[in-house]
Amino acid sequence: MTERKIRVLVAKPGLDGHDRGAKVVARALRDAGMEVIYTGLRQTPEMIAEAALQEDVDLVGLSILSGAHMALAPRILELLKANGQGNVKVFLGGIIPDEDIARLKEMGIAGIYGPGVSTEQIVSDFFLAANKVSA
Amino acid sequence: MIHPDHKNTPMTTLTQSVLAGDRLSLARALTQVENNTLAGQKILDALFPYTGKAHLIGITGAPGTGKSTLVNQLALSFRKLEKRVAIVAVDPSSPFTGGAVLGDRVRMRDLSGDPGVFIRSMATRGSLGGLAQATVKIVQVFDAAGYDVVIIETVGAGQSEVDVARLAHTTIVVEAPGLGDDIQAIKAGILEIADILVINKADHPGTESTEAALRNMLELSHPVQKVFRHHDQTLSLAEPNPEKNPVTQSVDLWIPPICRTVATEGKGLPALMEAIQNHLAYLHKFGDWVARDQARLFSEFDLMLQSSLLEDFRARIPAGKIEQVKNSLQNRQISPQEAVNVLLNINRL
Ligand SMILES: Nc1nc2c(ncn2[C@@H]2O[C@H](COP(=O)(O)OP(=O)(O)OP(=O)(O)O)[C@@H](O)[C@H]2O)c(=O)[nH]1
Ligand SMILES: [Mg+2]
Repeated sequence: MTERKIRVLVAKPGLDGHDRGAKVVARALRDAGMEVIYTGLRQTPEMIAEAALQEDVDLVGLSILSGAHMALAPRILELLKANGQGNVKVFLGGIIPDEDIARLKEMGIAGIYGPGVSTEQIVSDFFLAANKVSA
Repeated sequence: MIHPDHKNTPMTTLTQSVLAGDRLSLARALTQVENNTLAGQKILDALFPYTGKAHLIGITGAPGTGKSTLVNQLALSFRKLEKRVAIVAVDPSSPFTGGAVLGDRVRMRDLSGDPGVFIRSMATRGSLGGLAQATVKIVQVFDAAGYDVVIIETVGAGQSEVDVARLAHTTIVVEAPGLGDDIQAIKAGILEIADILVINKADHPGTESTEAALRNMLELSHPVQKVFRHHDQTLSLAEPNPEKNPVTQSVDLWIPPICRTVATEGKGLPALMEAIQNHLAYLHKFGDWVARDQARLFSEFDLMLQSSLLEDFRARIPAGKIEQVKNSLQNRQISPQEAVNVLLNINRL
């Protein structure tokens, strides 16, 4: 019997202190049948890339509320690539100004979600992206 | 033993890079093996001759007793001894959606950045009975990849604890004070599988009474050991007891020690590490290492044989025949044994 599961790393880089949003998303992804590896607060980009590698995930979801997204997100993309995981799709949740959204997408962030976005939307985007990764 | 090079299983590049220590290849091999793909089965075949060296340590106990925090500390301690450590952290899948949130890494952040540690989270994937089977394979990959110690964390839920015990060389059962006087795990027969008992959260009130309760249960469930302890001075370990075979005799001689820890502060870790090393030495001295290895391999083989035979058998029965036989069974035209015989006879033709 073979079974393929979508594996997602949900991580909270940076120094801001709460992970309510990340946990809500983690549970929504679980309820959609995915396996979510949850790493907790205050992760460095290096820790996130290392976890993504060890867990061989298809997708990474980042929650950044500190405003440090322009420093953290590109660094994580860079580390994933350096590790041979350039195919892993990275999503970002947080309060991101419009001008940053365009730049982050250019750099390769697959999707960006502000506070009002429904978990249904996130789940369906993650499914689409995961199916592309495996294809 | 057949030398690995003499096997005619062709080595894939993925397998070679796992053996060469490439971490991405290891991660990908683990995925193939976990998903039980054809590629995964080939990887296991090729890696198998390299297995059998790692010390497998199972950690189990009720939810929230501090297992992951303790695993973090144990891994740090093994790293001080320059052992390479792999961690397999198993959490339950949701029975409704098949998804899972795997959160054990949260407590293991001290280990990140260390190339001598590899942590892999794993969901039970609804295969409660087959959990050990799936975990065995993951552990074999780490073993072949050269990890000296493989720590397996599972949430204690009855049968899975027993499965872990069969898989591990050393099984550590974690309790915490304040889980109630009649510590639930005791009822599940958990003491019988424990090689080492840990009372974690020893900074909490109730540690004394938990230890007293455990000790009490331990003495009840291991009466032979109690006698042995009384005669500590007179009965030497080396003296063979002619009435017992070496394996059961050695089982009688290991008294599961009780260690107190405060995993969040690393307290009690030296004593726990000593208990683990003692158990390892004991396993080698009394042949239990070989016995446990054999039991694990043979039970894996038996399970595989059973499922393969069943699959093979089913494939050779004409469509609808099983339903037809079941129907006759339900109508009480034939007995269960006759029903089986009907199917067996079809297959013999
Ligand atoms: N006071 C105290 N708290 C501890 C100790 N060890 C762990 N904890 C805390 O207990 C909580 C649970 O710890 P974990 O290590 O996640 O426990 P676990 O058994 O792995 O939990 P599950 O995997 O969910 O079953 C965390 O908040 C830890 O910080 C300890 O020795 N003393
Ligand atoms: Mg845990």
